[in-house]
Amino acid sequence: MGAELLLLVSPLAGGAVLALVGHRRYAAEVNVAFSVVTFGVAVRLVTRVIDEGAISALEEQFFLDSLNVFLVALTAFVSMTTSLFSRPYMRIERAHGRVSDAGMRLYHAMYQLFGFTMLLVLTTNNLGVMWVAMEAATLTTVLLVALYRTHASLEAAWKYFILCGVGIAQALFGTILVYFAAERILGSGVTALLWTHLDSVKSELEPTVMSIAFVFLLVGYGTKVGLVPLHNWLPDAHAEGPTPISAVLSGLLLNVALYALIRFKVITDGALERPFAAALLMGFGLASVVVAAFFLSRQRDIKRMFAYSSIEHMGLITFAFGMGGPVASFAGLLHMTVHSLTKSAIFFTVGHATQKSGTQLMEGIRGLVRVSPAIGWGLMLGAAAILGMPPFGVFASEFLILTTAIAQQPWAAPVLLVSLGVSFAAIFGKVQAMVFGEPTAARLPHRPALIPVFAHLALVLLLGLYIPPYLADWYRRAAQLIG
Amino acid sequence: MLAHYGPQLVNLLAAILLLLAFAMLSQRRIISLINLFAAQGLVLFMATVLVATLTGQTHLYGSAAITLALKVFLLPWILHRLIRRLNVKWDVETLVNIPTIMLAGIVLVILAFNLAAPISQLAGTLTRSTLGIALASVLLAFLMMITRSKAVPQVVAFLAMENGLFFAATATVYGMPMVVELGIALDVLVASLILGVFLFQIRSRFDSVDTRHLERLKEH
Repeated sequence: MGAELLLLVSPLAGGAVLALVGHRRYAAEVNVAFSVVTFGVAVRLVTRVIDEGAISALEEQFFLDSLNVFLVALTAFVSMTTSLFSRPYMRIERAHGRVSDAGMRLYHAMYQLFGFTMLLVLTTNNLGVMWVAMEAATLTTVLLVALYRTHASLEAAWKYFILCGVGIAQALFGTILVYFAAERILGSGVTALLWTHLDSVKSELEPTVMSIAFVFLLVGYGTKVGLVPLHNWLPDAHAEGPTPISAVLSGLLLNVALYALIRFKVITDGALERPFAAALLMGFGLASVVVAAFFLSRQRDIKRMFAYSSIEHMGLITFAFGMGGPVASFAGLLHMTVHSLTKSAIFFTVGHATQKSGTQLMEGIRGLVRVSPAIGWGLMLGAAAILGMPPFGVFASEFLILTTAIAQQPWAAPVLLVSLGVSFAAIFGKVQAMVFGEPTAARLPHRPALIPVFAHLALVLLLGLYIPPYLADWYRRAAQLIG
Repeated sequence: MLAHYGPQLVNLLAAILLLLAFAMLSQRRIISLINLFAAQGLVLFMATVLVATLTGQTHLYGSAAITLALKVFLLPWILHRLIRRLNVKWDVETLVNIPTIMLAGIVLVILAFNLAAPISQLAGTLTRSTLGIALASVLLAFLMMITRSKAVPQVVAFLAMENGLFFAATATVYGMPMVVELGIALDVLVASLILGVFLFQIRSRFDSVDTRHLERLKEH
């Protein structure tokens, strides 16, 4: 079982090593190396789960099934490509004098530890440990959001800390209630917090307690997902932190928080006869899509705009899981994948675009295609992909979600369509103005990293054109777990 | 003796916990606020030890020890040091006047008791009637957090919220499993340290730890 634990040991060791050498010249390479190892282990685990089915380790404290192994692979992959992107990006920031040596050390160590906490949330079977890891994920990133020590970044980090701290406290109360319901059946002790055990007795859990618990959990973890009206921290934290952190916050952390919510939804659905959790998820999801779509057009900061776009997409995914059923859950999982890949690719290009223009305000970014065709087209294609233009993968998943909505929840379909239309108009118009027009950019002291951008976009394109049978099968099995 | 008076003693301690939560809500002086927080930790410690003795749940002694070390000694000490180093002894201003806050607090307590009633009925623990109080302390800490404009009281409120949650766990399920308790304690400790670092950063930037400076990021 030792090899599997390397998945968690690798980023943890990476964090320790980089805490010592994170300011050296080779730190970025060390960061990449640890992320590559983590990804390698994740790939091995995926093949094992595909071959052997669900596996568990350390007396069932950790377990992997089709649902979480897919997110483990995605998390490890995007962490790896983001570490590749962060190598030149952070060097340029260092050259511009925005980060000190201590800042670089903090950044690299916390980058690895953040990866560790997310993988811990995904792989742990213990719902209490899941809470601890989720809180730790906030703690590792809060100082990174404040890395530049500007007025706005301190404010964003404070907001992030307080709002997520309050939110996560509600989730702890929910977890205590779940433990309370489980203890009556499974007896007290760690077993009563293990998800696999809870899942096997979910129909016997006390429905009143589980419904109250789910409300607290939804508010708690929903804050981290960025569901409206709990989303206030998200645009600030995304906009003010270093761009690689925006990419992993948006592409990974939101997914991981939603994953926690889904695990609890499965148990709650089992305990309750009526679709209580489903209705709540659909409500919050739809509200997020609508509110985010209308805030998009008012943004002036490019990273804030794409942060609102993340809220919109997380709302869409939450809505899909709320509808439930094989097709909607399949679409939700697919959308999680393509959103994660596309949004991180967009943040990579946005990062370099803002470095070139020296501002995050969109009116200051002009003519990217002229200065650097790769960055310009990367942003254009990324925006096209995130807006759901065919043939990208986002189109496929949004199409599935919308058609299921028309069949199952006809009242919601027009609302979703209008919101998607509004966000299309907002983002497309602004991105077009930034990509074309008279250039305002300067040369960068280091070569930008654009391979991750196009690798992500190629994957999203591939997922839109053709989903390999084993991958489709994998999504289907994961969708069955969600129900 | 103890078996007879024990449950009532737990209820008494729970009531003191709630009173302390109200006292924190209305406290203007920052040093007294930290002392109240330490007192709340002490009451929590006593309640946990009492429940452990009454029920024979030995792992609760462990949580009680963590509570004593962390919430009665370490965190108040860190906070006292922090305000000395930051040199902020001013009275705490509240955003809303205190009588209004107290009224809102009473409404929250009623809400908490109503919400906890169905769960308490199901609980078989001898402390079940205190779940309402635990939830009320969480909500009161929450109220305190949103009505204070200075950073340090917000931190104290954050920690008080964790006190309430800890008491909720003791009341309903005789505490979470040890591994989770340890994890939570670690998170709280790291959070306080990070907040400490953070307060210095805010101060070096603004020469004050008033979070009203932190209101520039708004939707226009």
